[in-house]
Amino acid sequence: MQSWEHFPHEADMGVRGRGDSMVEAFAQAALALTAVVTDLTVVRPRQLITIHCQAPDPELLLADWLNALVFEMSSRRMLFVRFQVDIEDTRLTASAWGEPVDPARHHPAVEVKGATYTELRVAQEAGGHWVAQAVVDV
Amino acid sequence: METNQFERVAEHQWRIEPRGDMRVPGIVYASEQLLRDMDQKVHEQVCNVASLPGIVKASYAMPDAHWGYGFPIGGVAAFDAGEGGVVSAGGVGFDISCGVRTLHTGLQRAELEPVKPRLADLLADIIPAGVGSKGRLRLNGAQMDAMLSGGAQWAVEQGYGLAADLERIEERGCMAGADPSAVSDHAKKRQRAEMGTLGSGNHYLEVQHVTAVYDPGTARVFGIRVGDVVVSIHCGSRGLGHQIGTEFLKAMVTAAPEHGLTLPDRELACAPIDSALGRSYLAAMRAGINCALANRQILTHLARQAFEQLVSNADLTLLYDVSHNTCKLEEHVLDGEKRSLYVHRKGATRAFGPDHTDIPAALRAVGQPVLVGGTMGTASYILTGTRDAEARSFGSACHGAGRSMSRHQATRKWRGQSVVSELAERGILVRSPSLRGVAEEAPGAYKDVAAVVDASDQAGLARKVAKLEPMVCVKG
Repeated sequence: MQSWEHFPHEADMGVRGRGDSMVEAFAQAALALTAVVTDLTVVRPRQLITIHCQAPDPELLLADWLNALVFEMSSRRMLFVRFQVDIEDTRLTASAWGEPVDPARHHPAVEVKGATYTELRVAQEAGGHWVAQAVVDV
Repeated sequence: METNQFERVAEHQWRIEPRGDMRVPGIVYASEQLLRDMDQKVHEQVCNVASLPGIVKASYAMPDAHWGYGFPIGGVAAFDAGEGGVVSAGGVGFDISCGVRTLHTGLQRAELEPVKPRLADLLADIIPAGVGSKGRLRLNGAQMDAMLSGGAQWAVEQGYGLAADLERIEERGCMAGADPSAVSDHAKKRQRAEMGTLGSGNHYLEVQHVTAVYDPGTARVFGIRVGDVVVSIHCGSRGLGHQIGTEFLKAMVTAAPEHGLTLPDRELACAPIDSALGRSYLAAMRAGINCALANRQILTHLARQAFEQLVSNADLTLLYDVSHNTCKLEEHVLDGEKRSLYVHRKGATRAFGPDHTDIPAALRAVGQPVLVGGTMGTASYILTGTRDAEARSFGSACHGAGRSMSRHQATRKWRGQSVVSELAERGILVRSPSLRGVAEEAPGAYKDVAAVVDASDQAGLARKVAKLEPMVCVKG
């Protein structure tokens, strides 16, 4: 079971991913991040980039992962729509597929400044599935 | 929030007695209605900030306070380095030195009305705004470092604007103590194409007209009359500031145990001012302030170009430029003793009163202009700092309306196109690359800015001078 959603924050927006594993939940949270900016159905997975990050615990690793994507979106002016995440201990390696921002087609609503530690949570729920969430500053 | 968690010490002043780990009291300035409408998280965050080492006097929240990151947005707190005081990346925020500058135009509303649609289109064309937009300027490594050291002074040297502009910017346009080498390559890379861009979200460039003057004497000194057209720019340090905030938040969380800090909330990540990490953050954050000041200076230059093309007698001069996400070393008198304090203002405007030496000479008799941004459908306000604010809030006041509704709720309630059409019927022309962005920023998603400004005035934090209403709004 994989899914993503947004949850409300007074000034900004929460991103939440769910999956059968932590890596699936991280990938779904990344989809929720892109969906803060634009409609996922209009982004095409045409270019691949690789991302590496490292943090002392899974929650800080999630924040790092989302922030690495924010950095790539901002510095490359791209949007990403497909993710393959691997986590080994404190290290994350991921592939992200996307394309350059095209304002005429993507109508990007808002840029994300960074992932925060507010409502930051990575956990395995009672039913066995994983949740990965954070509020992002826009 | 429930009012019974506070002691009402004055009509607009609500106190939380120190308890638990709190080292100082919490004080919220607000009307009863604004306080009731605030999220309970504001109470929690004011108390958490009050527990940080080296905090002096009180942990404050301004009338527009809302749920922030560690610190409430609208939070003010001062720390003494000599008492183990800390500096907090969350207490400054991701958008370092985000702020507002307002420019006179020398024009009256009636003169501008005929060219308003063309001006709106031209501004939208000239001002890079929104996700994926790029500035026309590209900085190499040496130029980036010069910009981070020099701020708006650097921008003026490069031909963006006039030397006279610098007089009307906090720190005269250049924050001292910035060290470009404390800013990561990632942060610089993120900024490469972002100089002179507006950004998105609640950032804007507005052409406004003065619809009311409340304090004619001060308005005269500020050069503001009813009917005047002004330009206000709200934006910050762009990708560079965001990246500095992100990186130091993580560094401060990770280093907290070795600094002996137990954080009630990871967002309160901080480091002793007197530590390598604290000093490094201050040096990088100050470079971020310079980036924001340079950015607003370049945007000013672009606005001037647009006006020059359409209205030959326009003369855009700077009224003032304020930053509302900063930590600055300032002198304040506590119990009769002058102290050097690191004042964090997260979503709060510096509001120094008359005679303060940091205010430009021409304005010094009446106090610092406090520029409070509203929404594209309501109003913005100009206030002036008071002497009382120095004792009440380390010389700080509100910064804006503050959201009352999440972006998610706003997009379910409004359609961008109808917001644009309704505002156009009222004579307000909105130009934005994103209709969803417009819906998220719908005026109804914000608190009543008039109530926030009135509460600041009545609490004695700043005094109302004039009201500005939008004519043109360029949004990202």
